[in-house]
Amino acid sequence: MTQEIIIAGFGGQGVLSMGKILAYAGMLQGEEVCWMPSYGPEMRGGTANVTVILSDDRISSPYLKVYDTAIILNQQSMDKFESAVKPGGVLVYDPNGITHHPTRSDIDIYQVDGYRLASEMGNKKVFNMILLGGFLKIKPVVKIENVLKGLKESLPERYHHLLPLNEEAINKGMQSIFAYDVEKQLVLEHA
Amino acid sequence: MEVLDIIRPENQVFCKTGLMTDATLTYCPGCGHGTAHNITMEVIDEMGVVEDTIGVAPVGCSVFAYDFMAVDMTQAAHGRAPAVATGIARTWPDKYVFTYQGDGDLAAIGTAETIHCCNRGENIVIIFVNNGIYGMTGGQMAPTTLPGMKTSTSPYGREIETMGSPIKMSELIANLPGTYYVTRQSVHTHKHVRKAKKAIRKAFENTRLKKGLSFVEIVSNCNSGWKMTPNESNIWMEEHMFPYYPLGDIKVNGKLKQVA
Amino acid sequence: MSELRLMKGNEALAEAAIRAGADAYFGYPITPQSEVIEYLMDQRPEKRTGMVVLQAESEIAAINMVYGAASSGKRVMTSSSSPGISLKMEGISYLAGAELPAVIVNVVRGGPGLGTIQPSQADYNQAVKGGGHGDYRMYVLAPASVQEMSDFVSDAFDIAFKYRTPVMILSDGLIGQMMEKVVLKDERKRLTDAEIDEKYGSWATTGRKGRERNIITSLYLEAERMEQRVRKLMNKYQRMEEEDLRYEMIHCDDAEYLFVAYGSSARIAQKAVELGREKGIKVGLLRPITLFPFPKKQLFELADQVKGVLSVEMNAGQMVDDVRLAVEHKVPVEHFGRTGGIIHTPEEILEALEQKIVKDGSIRHHTTREPSLL
Repeated sequence: MTQEIIIAGFGGQGVLSMGKILAYAGMLQGEEVCWMPSYGPEMRGGTANVTVILSDDRISSPYLKVYDTAIILNQQSMDKFESAVKPGGVLVYDPNGITHHPTRSDIDIYQVDGYRLASEMGNKKVFNMILLGGFLKIKPVVKIENVLKGLKESLPERYHHLLPLNEEAINKGMQSIFAYDVEKQLVLEHA
Repeated sequence: MEVLDIIRPENQVFCKTGLMTDATLTYCPGCGHGTAHNITMEVIDEMGVVEDTIGVAPVGCSVFAYDFMAVDMTQAAHGRAPAVATGIARTWPDKYVFTYQGDGDLAAIGTAETIHCCNRGENIVIIFVNNGIYGMTGGQMAPTTLPGMKTSTSPYGREIETMGSPIKMSELIANLPGTYYVTRQSVHTHKHVRKAKKAIRKAFENTRLKKGLSFVEIVSNCNSGWKMTPNESNIWMEEHMFPYYPLGDIKVNGKLKQVA
Repeated sequence: MSELRLMKGNEALAEAAIRAGADAYFGYPITPQSEVIEYLMDQRPEKRTGMVVLQAESEIAAINMVYGAASSGKRVMTSSSSPGISLKMEGISYLAGAELPAVIVNVVRGGPGLGTIQPSQADYNQAVKGGGHGDYRMYVLAPASVQEMSDFVSDAFDIAFKYRTPVMILSDGLIGQMMEKVVLKDERKRLTDAEIDEKYGSWATTGRKGRERNIITSLYLEAERMEQRVRKLMNKYQRMEEEDLRYEMIHCDDAEYLFVAYGSSARIAQKAVELGREKGIKVGLLRPITLFPFPKKQLFELADQVKGVLSVEMNAGQMVDDVRLAVEHKVPVEHFGRTGGIIHTPEEILEALEQKIVKDGSIRHHTTREPSLL
């Protein structure tokens, strides 16, 4: 099994670290993993994206045109990556700031209101963990216990007191993901 | 008494420097390089550190320094000797590492390497022979060529307006905190040779004490490049080079000397 | 004890240098490889193993520090990216000419000029054909994964000392910046000064203790002696070809078409092989792991089996010349690659194979086989 995932948004939204935690969790459960970021000046406030691949086999290309899953955090990324989801694939997005919602009917689309939930939790930085939680609810490609280990590993020790908050954010995301109906343009049901 | 009876160690008053090879020097007759080589090797010999000495040869007239100095030597690319010496000294911190460079090498193409090596205070000795000209390539203008001085690339004399002023490397690098000892010497008379040798000895003693960078400039002649006889060139050097490049210590034990 | 880590290619390479028993690293920052010196500085290798790490004033100074340390028998490495490697070329030529062992890493970005900081393979010719002046070659290793970024460091040092030659690890911004799982090798102890004297005392300038003095130089003004030196180098390169050629073949057994690709392009081409085979196109991949020496014989033999070859490189067509030389006009050889820092997708590669080779392969096949038409 190979899972090809793109996570895309603004620089500073925690796109790269979300990908890193996912890759780390994959490694902990014995999978081959690859984390391939966009890099350079574009990351300073511009768009940032990262490709994460998890596989039982040797991973071939780290650079892809189409993905099993896209996790999308802003409009620019929606414009760029909605079409890059394989038919039958999954698109998870945060509706905050999205003016043109996705329209494809050959993929499964979900919303997580990550920004609003993070604000409610009093720490906007856990936004990415809420999205990750939502994604893992739909596609449990890695175990939550390994995600928590990955978090611990990628957070510098001085932030380790924030680990419980991040765990809470993941759980919050798992509870707060909703399927989106492109025809009715509505969030339909609890996923 | 036969001649062979006279040639005995106890009768010897002068001998060839032990650490100079038997190779014939390629320098022009009258050139100061040979003497500068000699006193450098005498110092290494007298300090008894030949087994721990590594020299770096430059590009220029002294490119073949390794043919004449009987120590382990590495030949560097043009201007890069201070960087090469850094690589050796950093990985062999207990060795005596020195570079031997001319003015084109040290003060033109290798300016960056010279300044940064001095600024880091690498524990090495730099011996800088300044004769105001590119000797090996046939007498072209050097960064140290004096104003008005004729060379093959300044045939009407060095014009300051278009060619800039001669650069005083010793004064320049003496201002860097990394240099411990900076001095300017010459080797054209016995008196000057003795002083220059003392300076070189002091420089290598600094290496022994891990004091950092010692820089010994030797103002020298280039009778071929200057198109003079050896004697004329020495007189010209005294009259023209020394006023611009005054002899003496510039920085001792990490402290700048007061300029009179 | 081997260790499993999730690391960036550049970091894995830096960690591998410490573990390979390197004595020194001299470098200068440039995107996309600055993580190498940043990681090394962070690790305090002077405390871990006694390894020296120094940020030089320029790439030129760095390569000459490498030259100095290498001339005295130390295991020494530098790294940079394309514009910086151009600056190092003088030093690399001297290393080759003076027969000194050293490892040089190029995490390639797009060019020419200041170019772009995005990944590229446009330095193939510079790495493989020389780059610096004179008759010399470098042994060039092309890692295609973070694991190989790590593994190839000690391999590179071994080759460098086996042949007393500069070795280049030719990576790119993609491999340098991406993270993958990596199994780190056990730490190899640095040689002591006494061991260096014993092993390399026959040539290294370590101080003439109990032996004749050594000279390191690349200067031979007598033409006959210079030619002798060049012959010696050429013999060395011949031996590399016989003893240390490395390559990998993927799905070549039944292949009717062939991709030739190295480094990150090989990874992407491998995915194109998968996509092609899903479509029923029997395509295989030859991945040169060493770019010099180049798997000429293997390509020559594969050319009897396949109908056409596509050289896939992130450049305007450089390795394709070597592929054509090896194939000797037996079958058509074409190039495909994006430039400027754009990475080609597996889909683009497959499409290029279909358009350039599969579709009109038969026509070209005929023309290239007829000498009278050339």
